[in-house]
Amino acid sequence: MAQTTVVESYTGPSPKELARKYGLGTAGRLPSLPEYTRLLWAYRHFIWEFASAKVSASLGNTRLGMIWQVLTPLINAGVYYVIFGVLLNTSRDTHNFIAYLCAGVFIFGYTQSVVQTGVQAVSGNLGLIRALHFPRASLPISITLVEARNMIASMAVLLAIVLISGEPITWQWLLIFPALVLQTIFNAGAAMLVSRLGSKLHDLRQLIPFIMRVWLYGSAVLYPVTRYTEHLHGWKLAVIEANPILVYIELIRHALMENVELAGTPTLLWIEASVWALVVGIGGYAYFWRGEKGYGRG
Amino acid sequence: MADTELVPTVIADNAHIIYRIHGSIGPHQSSPLSSFKRLVTRQKSTAVREVHAVKGASFVAYKGEAIGLIGTNGSGKSTLLRAIAGLLPVESGGAIYASGQPSLLGVNAALMNDLSGERNVTLGCLAMGMTPAEVKDKVADIIDFSGINERGDFSSLPMRTYSSGMGARLRFAIAAAKKHDVLLIDEALATGDAKFRKRSEQRVRDLRAEAGTVFLVSHSEQSIRDTCERSIWLEGGVIKADGPTDDVMKEYETFVKK
Repeated sequence: MAQTTVVESYTGPSPKELARKYGLGTAGRLPSLPEYTRLLWAYRHFIWEFASAKVSASLGNTRLGMIWQVLTPLINAGVYYVIFGVLLNTSRDTHNFIAYLCAGVFIFGYTQSVVQTGVQAVSGNLGLIRALHFPRASLPISITLVEARNMIASMAVLLAIVLISGEPITWQWLLIFPALVLQTIFNAGAAMLVSRLGSKLHDLRQLIPFIMRVWLYGSAVLYPVTRYTEHLHGWKLAVIEANPILVYIELIRHALMENVELAGTPTLLWIEASVWALVVGIGGYAYFWRGEKGYGRG
Repeated sequence: MADTELVPTVIADNAHIIYRIHGSIGPHQSSPLSSFKRLVTRQKSTAVREVHAVKGASFVAYKGEAIGLIGTNGSGKSTLLRAIAGLLPVESGGAIYASGQPSLLGVNAALMNDLSGERNVTLGCLAMGMTPAEVKDKVADIIDFSGINERGDFSSLPMRTYSSGMGARLRFAIAAAKKHDVLLIDEALATGDAKFRKRSEQRVRDLRAEAGTVFLVSHSEQSIRDTCERSIWLEGGVIKADGPTDDVMKEYETFVKK
């Protein structure tokens, strides 16, 4: 009985000892990386639901609703066709330029929209973060999922364009699946990277459009990849040709089109694509996890 | 009191909590020139401000207790709850320990306003870590308890069409659907109508009976008196009093009337 009064009047064991004695954990403790991964896996249903909730919330108040998922890439391709195919007539020197261009635009657009929304994945959901407990990596991952779902519609449009433009269907078309999986891993890593950076450095959001613009010009989207070999040499060329988005675009072009000039041999491109996916995917995940405790602070 | 009754569930040990607030630009800094001047003269940006919301809180909460947190607006009550839930980090030097995963339910818990009430229930339950099967079982119960369907089928309408009371009721119903070791309630009971308040107070008592600890932040003196036998009075981020509700209330009232 005497011991009870000691606990009650709170002069006995230090708070730390008391916490350990009754097995209390520190609120907001950083779990280990494997523990965090398991937790994230347990929240997979939440991630999925959050992603579909985001899609229906953004399209729910439009009249056409989900049709926009197909309409957006179609209009996108149409605009580029009018500007580059009809007005500027860039297609003279490149074989099947429209298919070449659309593959670039859609694949680049995938990473671009993930990075653009990812930079706000944490800072734009502070209310949710401060109210509910879930592994924060759910947010950038859901954003990647949303864009991946949009990408499925875009790919359907792209395949139609490629077919109409006169390319034959070959077994090589199946290669778009591993290429897209690698790009999705890369994108998820990039989303986690920029969402942690964006949660600390709010100025980053203003810079992202310019960074993406420069990246666009360095990814052989609007003009053939052979332009680089004509004008650049040495390390500059090496840097451009190691550009991850360029690698992913080239893989899709290689899969869908015949007689297309590539930046490197397909084997080299596949190795580069895998290395980029692994480095950015795992690196971005680990970097995001390190910051888990502080996201609520704002 | 017997030994077995005094199992601590939440321990705060000299907890300091600091918020960083972005984007509070003053009236004299709205031009690019002044921002540039600030950068050149290396003045600390006023766009990022730190708010020291809780200054060294220490207390121990035990199993089966319901604790009311009182204090004037901006005294750090909600911040303290968020820190107990582990949603806001505690500055180094202090710590908050808690058993299990405390859950916060507040009126400003942001669910998605463009989605229907029903989908928000699913999303909220999943975010609390329930499995899809559990969620499926509970959706109807939660909507029933919240009573939003009493005036027609509101659960299939987007949440932005709800009145603030209805939204708060739905959020409370979601959070109360799960058993919690430690439940933190932020003003949730104040917004509902009398009928719902009665029902939710009953639910809080049930949750307590399931051997958890409940923290309640409220400006309604009555609901604190009805549900909590212990209260903590926070003022300017410092704990001014901690003890039986009646005593703390008396002190608080003389402070407010001053």
